[in-house]
Amino acid sequence: QYLTKSVIFGTMEVKTSSNSVRFDKQRCSFIVLIMFFSLPAVNAVWPMPQLISSSTDRYPLSPRQFIFQYASGSSAKSGCSVIDSAFKRYFPLIFVDYLKKTEKHMYRTFSMQPMLNVYASIHLSFPFSVVDKLSVSSGQASLRAKTVWGALRGLESFSQLVYQDDFGQYFVNKTEIDDFPRFKFRGLLLDTSRHYLPLPAILKTLDAMSYNKFNVFHWHIVDDPSFPYQSSTFPGLSSKGAFHPSTHVYSQTDVSRVISHARLRGIRVLPEFDSPGHTQSWGKGQPGLLTSCYKGSVPSGTFGPVNPAMSSSYQFISRLFKEVASVFPDPYIHLGGDEVDFTCWKSNPEVRGFMQKMGFGTDYTKLESYYMENIINLTKTLNKTSIVWQDVFDNHEKVKETVLHIWKGSPAQIQQELSDITLAGYRVILSAPWYINHIAYGQDWTTYYNVQPLNFTGSEQQKSLVIGGEVCMWGEYVDATNLSPRLWPRASAAAERLWSDEKTTSSVTDAFPRLTDFRCRLLRRGIQAEPLFVGHCRHEYEGI
Amino acid sequence: MYTARLFAALLLAVVCLATQEEYDNDILEEGITLTDSQYGSLWPLPQKVQMSTVVFKLSGASFQIVDAKESSSGASCSLLQNAYRRYFEYIFPSARKQGHVKKKTPASAVSELQVWITSADTECDGFPNVTSDESYACFSVVKDLFIMLGFLDDCYHCLICLLPGLETFSQLVYEGEYGAKSINRTEISDFPRFAHRGVLLDTSRHFLPIKVILANLEAMAWNKFNVFHWHIVDDPSFPYLSRTFPQLSQQGAFHPYTHVYTPSDVKMIIEFARLRGIRVVPEFDTPGHTQSWGKGQKDLLTPCYSGASPSGSFGPVNPILNTTYEFMSMFFKEVSTVFPDAYIHLGGDEVDFNCWKSNPDIQKFMEQQGFGTDYSKLESLYIQRILDIVSSTNKHYLIWQEVFDNGVKMKADTVIHVWKGNQQQYQDEMSRVTASGYQVLLSTPWYLNRISYGQDWQATYKADPQDFNGTDAQKKLVVGGEACLWGEYVDATNLTPRLWPRASAVAERLWSDKDVRDLNDAYSRLAQHRCRMVQRGIPAEPLFSGYCAYEYKGV
Repeated sequence: QYLTKSVIFGTMEVKTSSNSVRFDKQRCSFIVLIMFFSLPAVNAVWPMPQLISSSTDRYPLSPRQFIFQYASGSSAKSGCSVIDSAFKRYFPLIFVDYLKKTEKHMYRTFSMQPMLNVYASIHLSFPFSVVDKLSVSSGQASLRAKTVWGALRGLESFSQLVYQDDFGQYFVNKTEIDDFPRFKFRGLLLDTSRHYLPLPAILKTLDAMSYNKFNVFHWHIVDDPSFPYQSSTFPGLSSKGAFHPSTHVYSQTDVSRVISHARLRGIRVLPEFDSPGHTQSWGKGQPGLLTSCYKGSVPSGTFGPVNPAMSSSYQFISRLFKEVASVFPDPYIHLGGDEVDFTCWKSNPEVRGFMQKMGFGTDYTKLESYYMENIINLTKTLNKTSIVWQDVFDNHEKVKETVLHIWKGSPAQIQQELSDITLAGYRVILSAPWYINHIAYGQDWTTYYNVQPLNFTGSEQQKSLVIGGEVCMWGEYVDATNLSPRLWPRASAAAERLWSDEKTTSSVTDAFPRLTDFRCRLLRRGIQAEPLFVGHCRHEYEGI
Repeated sequence: MYTARLFAALLLAVVCLATQEEYDNDILEEGITLTDSQYGSLWPLPQKVQMSTVVFKLSGASFQIVDAKESSSGASCSLLQNAYRRYFEYIFPSARKQGHVKKKTPASAVSELQVWITSADTECDGFPNVTSDESYACFSVVKDLFIMLGFLDDCYHCLICLLPGLETFSQLVYEGEYGAKSINRTEISDFPRFAHRGVLLDTSRHFLPIKVILANLEAMAWNKFNVFHWHIVDDPSFPYLSRTFPQLSQQGAFHPYTHVYTPSDVKMIIEFARLRGIRVVPEFDTPGHTQSWGKGQKDLLTPCYSGASPSGSFGPVNPILNTTYEFMSMFFKEVSTVFPDAYIHLGGDEVDFNCWKSNPDIQKFMEQQGFGTDYSKLESLYIQRILDIVSSTNKHYLIWQEVFDNGVKMKADTVIHVWKGNQQQYQDEMSRVTASGYQVLLSTPWYLNRISYGQDWQATYKADPQDFNGTDAQKKLVVGGEACLWGEYVDATNLTPRLWPRASAVAERLWSDKDVRDLNDAYSRLAQHRCRMVQRGIPAEPLFSGYCAYEYKGV
């Protein structure tokens, strides 16, 4: 009978407004009641919106008539690159069969609504607030967001609300969503040094990140094994330090492609140039940068961390970071600073002489401190804020304004670290429980799901310093052959933890059918997401 | 066991014509230091290899794999012609794109691989079987110019042995410093240590599209695996489309059209495997693991009882009804014609007795038979009848170890498949099974679906199927092993990188000499072997940090 239904779901309005839409707490009780209507599994949005209510009333959508529109009153209007390209992207994501089945014809009609333009900021900044409100009712859906980035999240949620019945007809249920992320920093780390990841693998990951509402791509671009970043200032770094100087490098064009692909999806690109440790590959193209290790009184021929005793080291880092700061628009740079091995420094007479001169005694953490402080300052002069791994906090008395990144320890140690860092007044990003390169047999997504990032001893003030978390996919055992199925949907579990309200998403049992469904949706969108358990998707992955 | 038949009556030779000039050698030798292992990228390692530092070049424009004039097998042998084309493309992956520009064969080059089959009786349409001899000798010699494959007892076997020989030849070719395809002067004689070198894929817990199965058959051939153990049905779904009982997949598959294997799909898979010297052994596991069978075949499964009334759930196949055995007879009759291999895997594992115990009809039957409360006797009764049914179709069978453990009587040529326990337990089981005179197949240490962080291929590599207490005669009863990739957490999205190169570790254990155990040497060869698989289009995952000259492009 629905074939004869005359209700046509015709337009979807996107409104980004300068007036912040406040999250109305009084709505909660109302919402809870409506939840009893319990959404059909097909309607589940992943990650779970903060507030969602939907009824069983459903409206058919016609791909021939459906249009996206900027609302009158929207500050963003046609010509806004982020939203224009999002419309183009989401149409085939919503109408999955449409382009295959029918002749290509114009499917986008924008009705221009010239209005004031408040949000012109191109690059995302750290205080990155998203409040969006999505409502779907007869004939029209409207999406109101404070920023274009919020509108992207809303479009994603909307696309997940649309489903097909057995006859292939598209439907959306009457739904109201009020949504915002629990944490501002929802990151994913890829390591392109231990294995080179070809550009398509990175771009595909960015696509999948946007489906999961991740908003930071932490690009661990160089490390000991290889230096694939092609620096315009120091081309020798990649020509000597990459696995291969022309096939295993990221050119400036590649990097800007990654940045713009990410930007259009509301994703920041946070580059990491880890030093003074993890720099073996740097040494190949920059002689004199690394500390020469000694065996007795002669150089052994091997090298250690960056030589912190030479002023040339800082001059080099300064010039490299100047380039990095201009290539990567994000206001943050990750400086690494983890796992510095002191053995080589200890063996080097020059370094020992420097220790003496500086009055560090035999405390090499002071030397490390000295180095980190220098490069943090240097980063600051470039108008960038630094993020460093927790080691920098653990080993030093006082570091300047930075964000600390927790990556190690048992659950108890992690909680302690969270307490200590926030007590000292630093902002913090949590990664330790989300090292998803560590694989195990069975449904390990549940451990990523059950993480409680704010479960540590501390004041409200301290808790507010936890700005988010990050999933890390280190590259020892991962390259383009297995990256996607290893990431998805395991990272999706963390995505929901970082976006959604912990109270409404505490049950693994409730999450399982939703995540199962979401992974089939990822598959349908061409993301090679592995299964959670026995079962099937209507459209299986067709590659190998 | 069958390796003893090596160097039997017949001569098969593949002749490799080369032109060479010695003076180039000093320069060309540079290229050899590409690798850490003295054996280059050979995987699995042949039984005997002698590589010299003399290097020849191969040109994609002029190199040919051809039948020798003297060969009795010619262009009509599709198995051979297919293999030639396949291997030419492996050796010269870009030959098609480049087109044939240069016709001139440079000095110091190998221009031709001649395949010479001397048997008068060539038979190219047979199927590989458990006694197929895969041994070959392979010489790449400076002036005598030939590679020679095997001494075998009939022509069909020659063809099968030729496939591993061609694979080895293709692995000898490497890219020299200036991109030239090069091959060192090499002498190889080779044969597999075990006759049964299998990979199990599970198409019930997740449906695997045909494309994925074919791609993995391809990779199996590169690793010299010769048995595809197709665990085709199980509890979750029944994707095998039976001609006799179409309702089994109609009702029991995840989807009756998109998630099934039609007879022509099955035929295609068998033929694809045959052309690569791989047997397809289907498994139809009963009486447990049959939930999906029950959907399309009423009254096949035992109704479970809750107190005095049926609970609505079902247990294993109902062993007390004649209709069960009538069904099984017809079903296995079909299976035995669809699958040409001499063996069928009958499963028989993990039978849960709770449902049988709850059912009053079965309780009564137990009483009548005088089984008391020993339900393993009931299981035995069922299995024995199934074995009889399958025997009557002239098939041999493999069964999981429980059937042996429960003391079911079996024919002497039954192969027992060991899958349970820790190292001590499975080794004890291997002892017991072989002491009883049965042949045995090992899988316990090779459950590759079980993943863990790090280089787990090493543990896989160290396990040895003949490492148990027993006499030489007992050891000879070990027919081989199988890498199992059960499907709980695996489908088309992650199967291939999870299987390769981890299964390659099993492949070498089953093919190469038992003293080939050096992990460093293996690492070096395996890392290159995995890059070769990647270059040939299979997303084999990395062993550790590093790179391949040609990374996977299929994202």
